[in-house]
Amino acid sequence: MKKKNFAPLLISILCLTSCISQENPPEIKTPDQSKYTTETIVDGIEIPWGMDFINENELLVTEKKGILYRVSNGKKTEVSGLPEVYQRGQGGLMDVALHPDFNRNKTIYLTIGVHHEGEKGGNTALYCAKLNENSLSNLKLLYKGQPNTKKGQHWGSRIVFDDKGHLYFGIGDRGNRDVNPQNLNRDGGKIYRLNLDGSIPEDNPFAMQKEALKAVYSYGHRNPQGMTIHPKTGEIWENEHGPKGGDEINIVQKGKNYGWPVITYGINYSGTSITDKKSMPGMEQPFYYWVPSIAPSGMAFSNSNVYKKWKGDLFVGSLKFKYLERLVIKRGKVVKREKILNDIGRVRNVKEGPDGYLYLGVEGKGILKLVHQ
Amino acid sequence: MKLFVGIIGLFIIYEGTWLYQKKPLEQSIADGKEIYNDFCVQCHLDNGEGVSGVFPPLAKSDYLLNNIEMSIRALKYGLSGTIVVNGEEYDGVMQNQGLDNLEIADVMNFILNNWGNESKEIITENQVANINE
Repeated sequence: MKKKNFAPLLISILCLTSCISQENPPEIKTPDQSKYTTETIVDGIEIPWGMDFINENELLVTEKKGILYRVSNGKKTEVSGLPEVYQRGQGGLMDVALHPDFNRNKTIYLTIGVHHEGEKGGNTALYCAKLNENSLSNLKLLYKGQPNTKKGQHWGSRIVFDDKGHLYFGIGDRGNRDVNPQNLNRDGGKIYRLNLDGSIPEDNPFAMQKEALKAVYSYGHRNPQGMTIHPKTGEIWENEHGPKGGDEINIVQKGKNYGWPVITYGINYSGTSITDKKSMPGMEQPFYYWVPSIAPSGMAFSNSNVYKKWKGDLFVGSLKFKYLERLVIKRGKVVKREKILNDIGRVRNVKEGPDGYLYLGVEGKGILKLVHQ
Repeated sequence: MKLFVGIIGLFIIYEGTWLYQKKPLEQSIADGKEIYNDFCVQCHLDNGEGVSGVFPPLAKSDYLLNNIEMSIRALKYGLSGTIVVNGEEYDGVMQNQGLDNLEIADVMNFILNNWGNESKEIITENQVANINE
């Protein structure tokens, strides 16, 4: 019998399938879903944007439309004293974070879409306040993005702290991509760094530069909705929504330009091109980018031994595909991606709790704890 | 002569208020398209088809075309819980987007007259104002 050579056929099939899927590797896997399940910590929250833990039994949770909850042993109580929340499009009450020295000073930070002055519309603001039992006092505005706009998109925002007395938060490009992200003198498309009292650190990258906002730490961002500190290196890790097929993970560094909208792996929602450039000198490449877009929100490293094999792995919520994504990182590269809790709902947020478990903010549900089955 | 000027004046005021209150449909659709691209396109997509099982379609959507009042209410106050659109179940949350009544009328006129959708009804600002939670 004559031997047939299948190699050319095989190669062309491989090419064809890789062209069709166009997924940025590594390909996402769906492992056995029966190993993990969730426990409801609190329910009845439409969009649980932010959360932070007071202790093992208590946490603060934000509801985007403008409610701050204190959750104690599964029971939620509204905290009074918020400034007026300007809810429009993707903006509203966003992140909440406890001051690193909360136990002593009872201070919390919030990022909120507000309109309290000037032109119509709103922009992202950072506030701090003192948390008394179920009310806020000493409310103080620390930063407000300018100008106001009626655009609905890209407000950010997450809050994190380093161990040197700094706070970082983001504001998205506010639907004005051609003007804001690359202009250091305009708010939007930036990660900001402040001291914990709201003052601007003297060694901020653009503190000495004329025509630049002194609070800016990095720029060229589109819409940062996940930020966390790497438990070993102390680096600031961030994820942001790209256009269609351009969601990114970045390691945020002082004074760096992350390229939006000059370089991107994505295209417009309509399918038309934004730029033909994926890289440029002086602009940072993402650590990882998602094609197709997963609509990432929230970000946390697992740093406990609760889930044995997951220590050191990165977790990101997918709004679009309704799962929690596990990313295994080796030698500075994403080597494995997995769907955890497939079809759980739109995952808005993920954080590691003081007990080492991962907690998820899921839209239409509330806060869920990821546990072994 | 005075009377004539007066009549013309009144006419202009009348026409002016009429035009102010009732935007022509084409203008409303054009304004609605801008709102759509700003607030809706991320989920319902450019073709209005949404994402099966996650974001319901607006294009040829039975839910939309048979429940215009409910749809306006959803834009004004938000929508959650299970709905069935073109035979498929959706159990998501759409919060109100903070649009004013005129913006809601405009975006309704856009989605009701796009992607093969057709509506005899023109949604007005007044009509949106009269819909309660």
